[in-house]
Amino acid sequence: MGCSAKPFSRRGCDVEMSNLRDQGAEFWAKWDRPRRVTFVIASIAVAASLPFAGNFSITNILNTPISSYQDVLVYPVGMFVLMALGLNIVVGKSGMLDLGYVAFFAIGAYSMAILGTHTHLNMWEIFPIGIALAMFAGVLLGIPTLRLRGDYLAIVTMGFGEIVRITALNTQKIGGPNGIANIPSPPSLFGLKFNISHPNSFFWVVLVLILLTIWMIRRLSIRRPGRAWEAIRQDEDAAELMGVPTLKYKIWSFVLGAGVGGAAGVVYASKAIFISPDAFTFNISVLILSCVVFGGIGNIWGVVLGGVFLAYLPERIRFISNARQLVFGIVLVLVMNFRPDGILPRKKREKALLTKDDLGGKND
Amino acid sequence: MVGTFATVVITRDLLGHPANGPDLHGATLIFTMLLCLLGSMLVSGLVAMLVELLAYRRLRSLGTNRLAPLISAIGMSIILSESVSLLTEGRAVPDPEVLHKSSLATILGANIRIDQLLVVIVAPIMFFSLQRFVNHTRLGKGIRAVSMNEETAKLMGININRVISITFLIGGLMTGASAFFFETVYEATKFNIGFNIGIAAFTAAVLGGIGNIRGAFVGGLALGLLETYASAVLGSQWKAITVFIVLIVVLLFRPNGLFGEAVQQTRV
Repeated sequence: MGCSAKPFSRRGCDVEMSNLRDQGAEFWAKWDRPRRVTFVIASIAVAASLPFAGNFSITNILNTPISSYQDVLVYPVGMFVLMALGLNIVVGKSGMLDLGYVAFFAIGAYSMAILGTHTHLNMWEIFPIGIALAMFAGVLLGIPTLRLRGDYLAIVTMGFGEIVRITALNTQKIGGPNGIANIPSPPSLFGLKFNISHPNSFFWVVLVLILLTIWMIRRLSIRRPGRAWEAIRQDEDAAELMGVPTLKYKIWSFVLGAGVGGAAGVVYASKAIFISPDAFTFNISVLILSCVVFGGIGNIWGVVLGGVFLAYLPERIRFISNARQLVFGIVLVLVMNFRPDGILPRKKREKALLTKDDLGGKND
Repeated sequence: MVGTFATVVITRDLLGHPANGPDLHGATLIFTMLLCLLGSMLVSGLVAMLVELLAYRRLRSLGTNRLAPLISAIGMSIILSESVSLLTEGRAVPDPEVLHKSSLATILGANIRIDQLLVVIVAPIMFFSLQRFVNHTRLGKGIRAVSMNEETAKLMGININRVISITFLIGGLMTGASAFFFETVYEATKFNIGFNIGIAAFTAAVLGGIGNIRGAFVGGLALGLLETYASAVLGSQWKAITVFIVLIVVLLFRPNGLFGEAVQQTRV
């Protein structure tokens, strides 16, 4: 690898590693608008037709044994990608280690389950409520704890995740360990039916959410919040001294991440029909974090890839049921050792700055 | 997890002590327990060094972000516990009882057993020897130097890889010893036994202040007492919540833990 070339550089080696992300960005910069639009529409079409891939002889290698391929695409794959994108705002953009992300997913899911079974609201009406509740929980956790750093923040967020799960486990009113069953399916929308025999509709909803999240992150990244997060990530003290209201932007990134998690939770609960505290363990938080770091922390496409891969892999190799977690662990160690910045690392800082300047005044 | 299984393997397979066999006495008892203790410490220590070598060393030489080693370590812990899960078919493994748990005395209505007394005696011994090692030996000085600033330590001629490797060895030795005493008290183990204890240890360290042995000792003690009191007062299902809420409140007022010193720069 020739790491000795730059012994004093903190990120010495990856200068020489091939960086797919940068190559992709170069291609993108060369393209004109019609070409970009065509590419985006084509990619969305490919992603949207993924549920049908199991039916054709060439692509049916994607089929998952034992579990239904269409269901796997919704949960875990779609959900993990969505949650990884949300967590990426916190961990990747503003550089805070959150080990309790599953709490927001749980809050979204429980909002859907409780309101869906006790009121006449349907999933589309509960959806904004679930997001709002998750965001509110984000504020509630964020204000007292975001002054902490590093390991201290990590353990507090982990504690928060456990507090939410154990409270659900011990509160008999919301089912306790038995969870909540008979969560109503969403009513039809644009002629799409949503119920247990139509998993594809859920997949398309998740896909739309993923696209919205990507759009939101891309917009925010080149504007004031994105630059504030970048400054906080690189050096919080320096950012504070330069007049960045760090606490405010840290809470914002936390709250946005929480909202995405809540959205995922609402869809999950209405798809799964039944939820219980077992679905919201610490392991899920760790898995989502793995997706982010594994794919390429801070880079949207890397995070998407990481989410798809780490959610899909255990389902694809289900036929070796006993050893599949072992394989999962080996893959984690190997990939982190050979691509420490993830499969698709984030753009190099210099290039990111250059592209922003090219946008010419767009970054207020 | 590794330490508890090492203890089981030594008593059951190496010394051929049957699962429901008789309790040992006198010299045989001391010999068995010492062998288990040392074996458990050694195996844990070596496994910890191996983990460092496989999961951390390469990443450290590349000097990457702080999360890559974390995920690599998580992968390593999955590998370890899943391998044992495959070997034991995910079942709990009983450890043969060697020490007869006689009641020594009853103080204020509390029943004091010999195995519990042993733990209470050994914990301070371990604490003081670790404290002494880190604060008063050459190697301990090296460890503290590396933890303060790796780059500077390297420039001062400290072999970082060796120091970190030894730190992992010591961590493993301590954990191995704890695992042995855990086995003496509880006499069973399972592939996922280390998970909750690991989280509790991390919580205790954070509560006391990371990088502070005295803090970790007090943090561990406080955590244990808190859990027990919470179980008694609120019911055992609420004990984890109580611990985390107290932790959050403590960190609100002391952001670097109970014994934390100056604000340390920690970056993700």
